[in-house]
Parts: sequence; structure tokens; C-alpha cells
Amino acid sequence: MRIKKKLDWFIVINNIFLILVAAVCVLPMIHILAISLSSSAIAATGTVTFWPKEFSLTSYEFVAQRKAFWDSMIVSLQRIALGGAINVLLATTIAYPLSKEKNEFSFRTFYAWTFFITMIFGAGLIPTYMLVKELGLIDTIWALILPGAVPVFSVIILLNFFRITPKELSESAFMDGAGHWRTLWSIYIPISMPAIATILLFSLVGHWNSWFDGLIYMNNPGNYPLQSYIQTVVVQKNFATLTPEEAKVMAQISDKTLKSAQIFLGALPIICVYPFLQKYFVKGMVLGSVKG
Amino acid sequence: MIELNIKKLKKELPLNLMILPGFIFILIFSYVPMAGIIIAFQKFIPAKRLFGDQKWIGFDNFKYVMSLPNFDNILWNTFYIASMKVILGLVVPITIALLLNEMKHILLKRSIQTAIYLPHFLSWVVLGGIFIDMLSPTDGLINTFLNKLGLESIFFLGDNKWFPYTMIITDTWKEFGYGTIIYLAALTGINPNLYEAAQIDGANRWKQTIHISIPGIRMVIVLLMVLSLGNLLNAGFDQIFNMYSPMVYESGDILDTFVYRIGLLDAQFGVATAVGLFKSVIALILVSSSYYFAYRFADYRIF
Repeated sequence: MRIKKKLDWFIVINNIFLILVAAVCVLPMIHILAISLSSSAIAATGTVTFWPKEFSLTSYEFVAQRKAFWDSMIVSLQRIALGGAINVLLATTIAYPLSKEKNEFSFRTFYAWTFFITMIFGAGLIPTYMLVKELGLIDTIWALILPGAVPVFSVIILLNFFRITPKELSESAFMDGAGHWRTLWSIYIPISMPAIATILLFSLVGHWNSWFDGLIYMNNPGNYPLQSYIQTVVVQKNFATLTPEEAKVMAQISDKTLKSAQIFLGALPIICVYPFLQKYFVKGMVLGSVKG
Repeated sequence: MIELNIKKLKKELPLNLMILPGFIFILIFSYVPMAGIIIAFQKFIPAKRLFGDQKWIGFDNFKYVMSLPNFDNILWNTFYIASMKVILGLVVPITIALLLNEMKHILLKRSIQTAIYLPHFLSWVVLGGIFIDMLSPTDGLINTFLNKLGLESIFFLGDNKWFPYTMIITDTWKEFGYGTIIYLAALTGINPNLYEAAQIDGANRWKQTIHISIPGIRMVIVLLMVLSLGNLLNAGFDQIFNMYSPMVYESGDILDTFVYRIGLLDAQFGVATAVGLFKSVIALILVSSSYYFAYRFADYRIF
């Protein structure tokens, strides 16, 4: 119960400080957007800050006509669709048996350890690469999906969710003659929709953001997913994917606005969905911090 | 008795079938590569294929790596960058969470939270691209600003003096917002009566923080501190790979980037696997002890 409302300086300074902190987190993204929307001449001078100067959509028009960009976009869309579906399917079918008690599922401990060990010990880059090569997956979309098909973190989130589901529900289903598959499908999955939606979103974001596997498993740049493509254009400054006509146009647009436009487009889907990922943050966070 | 077991197994058959596809995937894509670690002890010739008739050379690959003049440097860079990230990754989120917790304006608080965890979800390709542009010594935003203040341009990504700190700070920038959320969740769980009682006793904001807020989230802090032990060799491949260059190998080359270069670029598969194995074994020790301590001190269980 405060009697007089006097100005609290701590609150004022604290609010200003935190607003500045928040600004520091989003301004780089706004800067890149401002550059991408500026004319190439002014962008090259380095004077664009957080608002476009000499507004222009030339860089986006160029990107829109760029075949390599759209090819990689298609690969990325295929990847998130297939990868997301497989991740969720496997996470569900692994989490359900593991959510059973030991007396209901004799091999639970064995399976749990098999999955757990992969979290604390990995074979490393080279043996995995060799295996993908031996399996003939190089230059196919499966090289981007199968090695990470089992999302162990999602399994854990989901299995903890299944565990807190009231036992009476599944018991009554069994009384009615339902088997495990049916119980999973008509009781556990509908009840766990929020958790499943979350692991699906995490999986989609993960697949969208992956770039290294594309870089090493695809010999043909035409098979790159979008982030690998952006990596070669923006970071490696490799223009091998440019056609001669495109190279001519390139000469007239500053490299800077063009790169910025592609960076922004690569981030845009994430910016649209990430606020929805908050629900299971805390749980995922504790687990995520131990990723070996 | 046996009959009973068969009956039980039969009853459990659907569960086994359900988990089977996932089990097979993990066997193929996690355990077969683990068997592939034998490459580390071979003079591996790719033409003879994985698990083929390769020449065994014992620990020669390891000896070769240890004898490289820059290996100590790489090891130090890895540990230094990773541990600085771990420390800042604890201190910054706790501080910001304590400050955010003092904020009374709910809408503003929520907007700030949403803003600060945006970078966590963006890839290092996107962020690397942005930072390469912003930190450019000629026309980057940061250096233009420094010049306006009358300071000299700094080549953040090309100067060995600056590179590791640039990595540590940009990584902290990317991840602190995400970390903040967990502490904030713990802070909101503290009983508000405690603060009221403290106010009646005349405790100011600082005293309340020291005596109520921090003890209230002590368990979470201990847990995350212990778990972050497992990251002491994760200096951040994605980040460094997208921002480094031969100019800064001296201060920025880490185990993972080294493995990539000697393995996939120079095709010295045996040596690269040996370095990878070296890292995996140390990581195994670190991660399992972190789990053990978390279990002992915070009753933390993953399954």
C-alpha cells in the first residue's frame, strides 16, 4: 500500500535500460531490412542505418528472378515437410512405449538407454559423413532428413507429457478393447496436441535453419536447401550459381542490398513463427542446455 | 512361469513394434557411425570404403595430431571461447531476468521478452551474414559509429586480438534472451508474500533481491550451472565457421572447424576422426558428470 505516488527512479532507469537491451536484439534485423530496401548506390556508401534511404525494391526483384534461390527454396520446403512429418511420427511412436512403466514394458530400460546414449556420445563428423556416403544418400534429400530422423529431445518432452496424462483414460480405453495403437491415436495424441504442435514447430525451425548438412552432403549446388545457398552466397562469397545473364544484372546492383534481401528472406519465416514456440520453453531449455 | 512370460511378451509386442522404426533409425544413424570410429585407428583410404580392408596403425593418427604445432592453440581456443560463453551465458540471463522481474508494466515486459529471444531462433548463416556486414571495417554500421565518435575502425572479424571476444559477445547476444526465460519463470514462482513481509520489515529493493529473489531461484541457477559444464568444449561451430577466415585461425580455430578442414577439405579422414573422437570422449566425461551432479544436487532426471 503506497500512499503517495512519487517517481521511482529505479523503475524509470530499469525500463529504459531494458528497452535498449530489447532494441539491441532486434536492430540488426531491422538494419539488414533497411539496407535491402535501399537503392544500391546509397547502400554501398554505408550510410543506411535503420530506415531505408532512396527506397527501392530492385534487390527483391532480382532475387525473385533468381533460379538458384527458388530451387533452394523448393528443397527447403520439401525438407521441412518431410523432415517435420518424420520427426513427429518417430517422436510419438518412441515416446509412447517409453512412457510406460517397467512392469508394462519389459524392455523399457534397454530402449531408454539406447536413445539416451546418443545424447551424450556422438561419433563425430567424419564417420557420419562416411555412412551417409556409403548409403548412397549424397545429393538426395534423404541425406538431410534421415541422419536426424529421431529427435531425442522431442521424445523426452513428449514422453514427459504422456506420463502426466491420467492413467484412467488409457485404462478405460483398454477396458473397451482398444490396443496400444488405438489408445495412442485416440487418447494420447488428441490430449497432447499442444506438445505435439510444439515439437513439430521446433522440428520445422530446425530443418529450416540447418545449412551445414546441405553444404557437405550436396555436391550439386542445385540441391542446396535455402540456408546452405545463403551460406555460399553471403558468407563464402561464392557466385558459382550465377548464370551469365544474372552476372550482368549483378554488376548493376550492389552486392550489399542483394545479400541483405536474401538474408532477410531466409529469416522471415522464423520471425513469423517463433513467438508461438514459447509454450514449452522452460522444459526444452533445461534439456537444450545439455546438448553435447 | 515361462508360459506367463511368453504371454507377457506377447502382450507387449505392439509396444516393441511401435518403437522399432525409431530404434532402427537410431541404430543405423547413431550406432553404425560409432562403429565407424575405427577409422581413427586406420590409415583410411576412402576407395577401400568404410569397414573395408584398411591398414591398422594404432594411435599414429593421435600422435600425429598431438605433434602438430598449432594443436595446443586450437585446444586452448576451444576451451577459452567455450568457457567464456558458459560464464556469460549464466551471468547475463540471470541479471536480465532479475531486472525484468522488477518491471511492473506487463505488456512492455512481454514485448521485451519476445524481442530478446528472437536471435535464438535465427541461424548462424543469417546472423553471420548480418554481422559480417555490420562489423565490416570499411562500411559497417558499428565502425561508422565508432568513426563518428572519433575512434579508429576495428577489424572485429580479422584481428586476432578482437576475434574471440567478438565470438563470445555475439553468441551471448544470440542466446541470453532464451536463457532469461527460464530464470524469469522461476522468479514468478516465488511467493509474493515474502516480498510483502520484507517491505514491512523495511527491506529495500536491493535487500529483497539479495535475500528473496536470488535464494528463490538458487536451485535453478545451480542446475543450469552444473548442466552447462557439458558445454565446455562446445565453442560453437556454426558461429565460428560462418565468421572466421584464415587471418584469425590463430585465435579462432577450434576443434570442430579443424576437424572439418582436415577431414572434409584435406580428406585426411583418419586424422579428422581421431580429433573428433578425442573431443567426443572428453565431452562424454563432461556431460555425464554434469548429469550426475545435476542428479545429486538438484534431483534432476531426464527420463
